Amino acid sequence: MKDRTLRGKVVLAGIGETTYYKHGQAPASEFQLALEAILKACHDAGIDPREVDGFSSYSNDRNDPSRIAAALGLPALRFSNMQWGGGGGGGSAAVGNAAAAVAGGVADCVVVFRALAQGQFQRFGAAPPVATVAGELAMTFPYGLISPAQRFAMRVMRFMHEHGVRHEAQRAIALASYHHAQANPRAVMHGRPLTAEAYDASRWIVEPFRLFDCCLENDGAAAIVVVSADRARDLPKRPAYLLGVAQGSEHRNAARAHNAPLYATSSFTTVVPRLYDMAGVTPADVDVVQSYENFTGGVLMSLVEHGFFAAEEANEFLRVDNLLAPSGRLPLNTSGGNLAECYMHGFELVIEAVRQLRRESTAQVPDADVSMVISGPMVTPVSSLILGGEATL
Amino acid sequence: MAPTATGRYYLPAGLPAPVAEPDGLDRPYWDGTRRSELWVQRCNRCRTWQWGPEWICHACLVSDVGWTRVDGRGVIYSWERAWHPVHPALKGHGPYIVVLVELPHAGGIRMLGNLLGDPQQVVTIGAPVEAVFEAHDDAKTPFTLVQWVCEPQDAAGLGPRRPRRAI
Ligand SMILES: [Zn+2]
Repeated sequence: MKDRTLRGKVVLAGIGETTYYKHGQAPASEFQLALEAILKACHDAGIDPREVDGFSSYSNDRNDPSRIAAALGLPALRFSNMQWGGGGGGGSAAVGNAAAAVAGGVADCVVVFRALAQGQFQRFGAAPPVATVAGELAMTFPYGLISPAQRFAMRVMRFMHEHGVRHEAQRAIALASYHHAQANPRAVMHGRPLTAEAYDASRWIVEPFRLFDCCLENDGAAAIVVVSADRARDLPKRPAYLLGVAQGSEHRNAARAHNAPLYATSSFTTVVPRLYDMAGVTPADVDVVQSYENFTGGVLMSLVEHGFFAAEEANEFLRVDNLLAPSGRLPLNTSGGNLAECYMHGFELVIEAVRQLRRESTAQVPDADVSMVISGPMVTPVSSLILGGEATL
Repeated sequence: MAPTATGRYYLPAGLPAPVAEPDGLDRPYWDGTRRSELWVQRCNRCRTWQWGPEWICHACLVSDVGWTRVDGRGVIYSWERAWHPVHPALKGHGPYIVVLVELPHAGGIRMLGNLLGDPQQVVTIGAPVEAVFEAHDDAKTPFTLVQWVCEPQDAAGLGPRRPRRAI
């Protein structure tokens, strides 16, 4: 069964992003943004776009692979894949699905992408305009439990209660993201530094989340080209190998109306062992982490579940200095991430993980060789992945 | 339903109204609330409690899932105080509290609702709460929401405690 692994079999060979815009300010349609990111990723990889034969995405991306293939004039489409589940939980899984297709001989060159122009569609943080609701929504919306922040605050509150986690732990995560964004000219919050005082003075969105605990809402697109390690051999960029990837959830995580048995988790407890097992590394080997921030509370739960510290150590570990590149104990969200670079549903985090291995980050961790992405805490399914440089193979 | 600090209902009118699912899965719950009763699922074969409702029992996988009336007492399992108005009906309304209530006598199932009374009150995980029924008789399709109050009842004018019934 040792053959049943993706370790070292594929490379994230090309990365592409549009300019990241404030919500509603993209000058182009979401579909145009998707095409732009895909073409940039192919160019970055040194691969002719006509070589692409598959697409993988997540969170019900609206941009249909068949239409993209038509727009790009692809000679053949061999793989069209959508990861189930909302939120950002599919960000790493979509890469894993592409990798499985390539490693399994289903397709040769799969583009993983996410495009999001919320200005052209319903915003995530606003209530849909409906008069009645049924099913699970009937048990939440009438109580004013509507937005993602409101859905997840309840889980984080319980986690903080169980483990005595203080608000300062959440604050450190927000400050680290904003700090890194100041070095990143692509970041929407570049030039907009955040201080502890400004964080503390910011308004509550829903306790225990203040304004700066919550992700942005943005327009843009991001894409990554996945090919086999063999195909990547003569490509120009320093290769980022997929070492491990895992997706999934816990026992009855989706039990309705907040009845998940393991309630106070970010949903990773059963996913993480398989991740490390495939990657062949331990938390101590990880040089840099990009951890999806829908809300800072989800990040702190994710880091606990990925084994970086125990929940009871969260207050001590989650101090800003520990989270900063280049020399913190665990450099976190080095592009600014969903909080301060751009909310590209966490796909910008995968791109940043590749950049760290290429030595192209604006908050570079010296000699980063093991680079992790954690996608979508508290939703179900979630996923995470570990990339490695040549030396890790 | 006794008046609350904010008027007849805890939250302003205009939020989406609950309706039973078209397939009827949760109808016993919503019908029960109209009679000020709390009904949840319990497997007729293995006696596992189940909430939210499903078509089969998650423990023994039979479809013979029954409905049982439960006592509306529980403890606060988690909570949140919402400030940002995410729905037009909530604009200018100020904070409100949503609680997740565990029912230890019903297999530890959890139910949501608002915690009535002062929206700025201190909320304590583990505190005992009791269900009250907020009937929206004037809605286009009348419905009743299960809400929660702290025990012992505070002095916020919520009226006498509803007598408990043994189940
Ligand atoms: Zn059963």
